Amino acid sequence: MGLFILRRVGMMIVTAICLTFIVFFMTNLYPNLEKLAKSQGNFRMSDEAVASYLSDRGYLQPAPIKYAQWLGLMPGYKTVKEDGKTVGKCVRPGVAPEDMPRYCGILQGDWGFSTVAKAPVAETLGKRLKNTGKLMFWVMVVMVPSALVIGVLAGMNEGSRTDRSLSTVSILSTATPEYVSGVIFIALLASTRNGLGPILHEWGWIEGKALFKGTAKTAMDKATFQNFTLPVLTVALYGMGYIARMTRASMAEVMTAQYVRTARLKGVSFRNIVMKHALRNALIAPFTVIMLQFPWLLNGVVIVETLFSYSGFGWQLVNAAGNNDIEMLLAVSVVSVFVVLVTQLISDIGYVYLNPRIRIS
Amino acid sequence: MENLTWTGSLGSILDPVFQIVAVVFLLLVALQFVTSLVLAPASDKINSDGTITLDRGPSALIGMAVRYSFLALLAICLAYLILGMVLSSETTGIIGTVSAQFSPVWLALVVTFLLSIVYKRRLGLYGKLFDSMIGMIGFGLVMFWVYTALFVGLFDLIATQDPLSQLSGMKNKLPGTAVRGANPEECGSACYYLLGGDNLARDVFSRMVTGSVIVIVIAPFATLFAFMVGITLGLPAGYFGGRLDTGLSFLANLILAFPVILLFYLLVTPEIVATGIPNYMGMVLFVFPIIFVGVLLNSRYYTRPKLRNPLLAGVLIGMFWIYLSGISSAGSVIDVLPGTLDLFNIPGGILVVFVSVVFVNSPTVFRIVRGLAMDIQTRDYVAAAQTRGEGPWYIMLWEILPNARGPLIVDFCLRIGYTTILLGTLGFFGLGLPPESPDWGTTINDGRKLLSIYPHPALVPAFSLLSLVLGLNLLADGLREESLRD
Repeated sequence: MGLFILRRVGMMIVTAICLTFIVFFMTNLYPNLEKLAKSQGNFRMSDEAVASYLSDRGYLQPAPIKYAQWLGLMPGYKTVKEDGKTVGKCVRPGVAPEDMPRYCGILQGDWGFSTVAKAPVAETLGKRLKNTGKLMFWVMVVMVPSALVIGVLAGMNEGSRTDRSLSTVSILSTATPEYVSGVIFIALLASTRNGLGPILHEWGWIEGKALFKGTAKTAMDKATFQNFTLPVLTVALYGMGYIARMTRASMAEVMTAQYVRTARLKGVSFRNIVMKHALRNALIAPFTVIMLQFPWLLNGVVIVETLFSYSGFGWQLVNAAGNNDIEMLLAVSVVSVFVVLVTQLISDIGYVYLNPRIRIS
Repeated sequence: MENLTWTGSLGSILDPVFQIVAVVFLLLVALQFVTSLVLAPASDKINSDGTITLDRGPSALIGMAVRYSFLALLAICLAYLILGMVLSSETTGIIGTVSAQFSPVWLALVVTFLLSIVYKRRLGLYGKLFDSMIGMIGFGLVMFWVYTALFVGLFDLIATQDPLSQLSGMKNKLPGTAVRGANPEECGSACYYLLGGDNLARDVFSRMVTGSVIVIVIAPFATLFAFMVGITLGLPAGYFGGRLDTGLSFLANLILAFPVILLFYLLVTPEIVATGIPNYMGMVLFVFPIIFVGVLLNSRYYTRPKLRNPLLAGVLIGMFWIYLSGISSAGSVIDVLPGTLDLFNIPGGILVVFVSVVFVNSPTVFRIVRGLAMDIQTRDYVAAAQTRGEGPWYIMLWEILPNARGPLIVDFCLRIGYTTILLGTLGFFGLGLPPESPDWGTTINDGRKLLSIYPHPALVPAFSLLSLVLGLNLLADGLREESLRD
């Protein structure tokens, strides 16, 4: 087991290095750098000014060297200009040139400086991740139990009316991408002019004219039922169908197993068969699915955070990618690779631990 | 001119009936749910002499009432649509006029279903689809959009206005608004913005149906290409295993570890497109169908060189020509074919979107095919082929692949749906296609800014996309059920 984990961690590091190098290469293509220079300097810069801006800051070195500097294996590039000002990779506002470290890369714990937020990447991204963590937590709280309940209810009587209607619901939810369900939710539930809000208001059931809020801007400081329901629901809905279908398949398979038949012949009540015999075995497969669902949720989070203007990780991704904020993008990709690979690892380990047949042999 | 209401003057008769039946149906469904907790379910008895005694207990009666009220509801909905095709716009309102616009699609659908149901026993897996209700509904939804795209794209029917033209005074107008200054004698259904106007005063309905062309053209083709790439690489990886498998799987996992949206941003932004990277990627990805078909034919006919040589030469030259026409276009980074030989030009935006969608989908297909190949190569018929002395490529393409077709066909349907979602995602972030493009993702993105005030410009494409993807998922479900039944 130890060796297995060690090998997976090694694989993870290799993947992360390859992946960040690809991101690094793509963001450091000249047209992208030109855009960066123009957005940092001014938009009417001449080509020579762009070139000198970039070469002063070391952007025009070969990609592997720049990459090594970002990793912290090579000293950061710097230029002292004629007027005594120092520019370069390790320059930070408020830090005197003498105190500037020679190396500033990942290995030194320095994630770089965001050119858009004008703040260290680690600090900005940390805040964003906290916001997304909050969103993810509530998504999980809503999604996992409801998906499991739907799946178990559908799977325990395969082919029944309940099964068919619940399966249709889960197909419907997998067919609704976040940008569709989000738009429908906002139009019907968060509008002051259309949908449910005005009707309920007229009946005197709710105070405001809209049932929910269409943006989650205020949810970053203080999440309430009003401003956080729709984003959570939108992300949860898309993932829910898939988990429910997996749970249903696994439950249906367990219900046809020999030992369930034995229990039934012994005269155990249906309730006890489901609760005591079938359920635990049926939940092994959904566990791995839920874990592997995290990377998918990441996608949903990007869309939902953009749609509801909630400044989290996904919003940061879109913002950084749109403005070619190189070091922020690299950090974002490191985080997402980490999430993808760690969840894979957990799902593999969890599968082994939950399944006694594998654990004991 | 007067604006249209949703159901027109016909609505004054049909609407109250519809509401009553709908309420009755909902009440009955609720009653059925409640009583199912208390009463025993209806069970028909089969007697020893072969006759059936139907259960006439309360739950059976409720079940029957639910069924009939549902049928009545369907009949009224059909009445709205059919009367809409016959009567004039003023009497039938928006729903009727929209239905009338879609009449070629309805006709094509009815013909397709009639022919398929009549001949379903002779049509293999496709015919079996018509045994399952879910499959039929899914197929109907998918074919609705396919026919819509066909009639809009090829015959210029259905759409009432030009999808890009802006008419003055129609900005954010509600569904059914009459075009300003229109003369009712001349224009007919083009007098109205049937589903309203968007924030640039364009017709939402026409944009929606024109957008279906983009989706219906790109999504299946992109999925097909992804399957070509996935199959061509996945079969040898699963069959040979070893280093090749390790390397290819690593690459596939690498691409899968990317968040899709980051990948899109890295590939599709104008700056990257200017460097020509998507064109080069297209150059690589589009080779795979040629390799696939070449190996497929060669492995089958290599023992008969007289047939193989002309066949392979003809097919490969044809495909290579199409390939060159596809990748090269004047003014882009790859410009190898002189203009007279260039058969067609793919617009830059579409090519970029196409390439990135294929790129995102292929690793998943690769993993599925690899898994299937690993599973199937342990079968006896593969061993038999090996003892017969067949080459590895023959075994992969003519023994393993046909036997993996069931799961692959199901996944193909699901994947077209996923590709549709990806296309929408690209449009939603304003990547790839030009901003005035009528595809559904872009229109949703356009409409979401004023969503809480004018919801119709965003809701119409949103529901269209939803129905297409839902149809594909239901179709896949029906296919899976029917193929498992064998």
